[in-house]
Amino acid sequence: MQTVQTAQAKSILVKGLQKSYKQLQVLKDVNFEVEKGSIFALLGSNGAGKTTVVKILTTLLKPDGGTAAINGFDVSSQPDHVRQRISLTGQFAAVDEVLTGRENLIMIAKLRYLQNPRQVADNMLTRFGLTDAADRRVSTYSGGMRRRLDIALSIIGNPQIIFLDEPTTGLDPEARIEVWKIVKELANGGTTVFLTTQYLEEAEQLADRIAILHEGRIIANGTLQELKLRFPAAKVEYVEKQPTLEEIFLAIIGKQEGK
Amino acid sequence: METTKKHFFIDISVMLGRSMRHIIRSMDTIITVTITPIAMMLLFVYVFGGAIQTGADNYVNYLLPGILLMAIASGISYTAFRLFTDVQRGIFERFQTMPISRSALLWGHVLTSLVSNAISVVVIILVALLMGFRSSSGVLPWLAVAGILALFTLALTWVAAIAGLSAKTVDGASAFSYPLIFLPFISSAFVPTESMPTVVRVFAENQPVTSIVESIRALLSGQQAGNDIWIALAWCVGIMIVAYIFAMRIYKKRV
Repeated sequence: MQTVQTAQAKSILVKGLQKSYKQLQVLKDVNFEVEKGSIFALLGSNGAGKTTVVKILTTLLKPDGGTAAINGFDVSSQPDHVRQRISLTGQFAAVDEVLTGRENLIMIAKLRYLQNPRQVADNMLTRFGLTDAADRRVSTYSGGMRRRLDIALSIIGNPQIIFLDEPTTGLDPEARIEVWKIVKELANGGTTVFLTTQYLEEAEQLADRIAILHEGRIIANGTLQELKLRFPAAKVEYVEKQPTLEEIFLAIIGKQEGK
Repeated sequence: METTKKHFFIDISVMLGRSMRHIIRSMDTIITVTITPIAMMLLFVYVFGGAIQTGADNYVNYLLPGILLMAIASGISYTAFRLFTDVQRGIFERFQTMPISRSALLWGHVLTSLVSNAISVVVIILVALLMGFRSSSGVLPWLAVAGILALFTLALTWVAAIAGLSAKTVDGASAFSYPLIFLPFISSAFVPTESMPTVVRVFAENQPVTSIVESIRALLSGQQAGNDIWIALAWCVGIMIVAYIFAMRIYKKRV
């Protein structure tokens, strides 16, 4: 009884997850939990299996072993229940390039069986600053706009848990910060956010908890503070602080836009 | 589960609307699917036609069924292409993680294939009418023709689904249709099989296109289609069932 209750208290509960592609064992024994309404970042180098974890949790792949539950529903045996509660923003923007931004939004709103798809689309366009580009085909959008539309599509119908697989890969710094803002807003609104990233800074900026996936296992899991404590105390060094190129770039762009 | 089933038709109509927009917005699809067969028809009627002895006094009447099959064969290669693109891009995964009917995406493409091929068939028949195509047949034979063409489209669409779902490259996804487009040449679509060497003739007379072409030709000229129509139906239904089973197997493996 008790296990069921704890399972339902967690947004995501993963136990002993295993997955192999032919000979290659990508996930050996993956365990972690994600609290409701928190931002959880899964870190790992390329090929560590982050996307495999996301695919299993979003019902796209079946695990070879172990269990994974979303809001207490098992991803293998109750995929329909899982799909009612989640939304995926994959590594490559899952937008229809031939359609306009507005048409994309209306399409997803219809597939979520919402009452007023046009109204939903209008709201999203305003919220994500895409009103001016609403009736242009997505193929003309910049990477950042595409990603914004992608996330907008994902949150139509207010899913309880949103999966973001490397949401800022390939984006310029400005667009990246915009995505970060959106993610923070989502979590403030009570949505659980599961995100994978290769950028340590991204995890630092966003995540309540960070897990590191390495060689098929979670080798570290905790808040940023906890992770910092596990490593030797920071050495105090005197260095002249130079602004990073990113800071310079953003400062210049910010000034331009301030005018 | 129940709601998923209830929403099946909404899902399919959304998918159909989506793919139809794709078709309307990519002009090259429309051009290739309808203009090429029309050009072939013009070429055969006005350039080669004079030298071809078919026994029929109106070569457009003789030629039209084969041209329609060619148009369908090239039309379905775009179905494979569209399916392939969906699978490669993230949009396929987005749909698969939504609580919508599992097969809606596939059925959306199949319906789109039917509708778009119906449009190009109608356009080609209109051009044929301008070129002197005449038929004295009534509503029933025309309905029978429409039925055969729809079955042929469905059969090839499921073949296209196999290619679209399993191809590794864009070229692979559409290359399978080239032999299908050329199949009418080695049939009675353009010239009677009697003039062909024995080996070719045996192939031509026993491949699906000939029986389909002969049935449509008979129906449009007000003659009895006889056995041909049953052979044609058997081919279409047989290909459709086998291709459907394989396509669904591949599709389920991917979801």
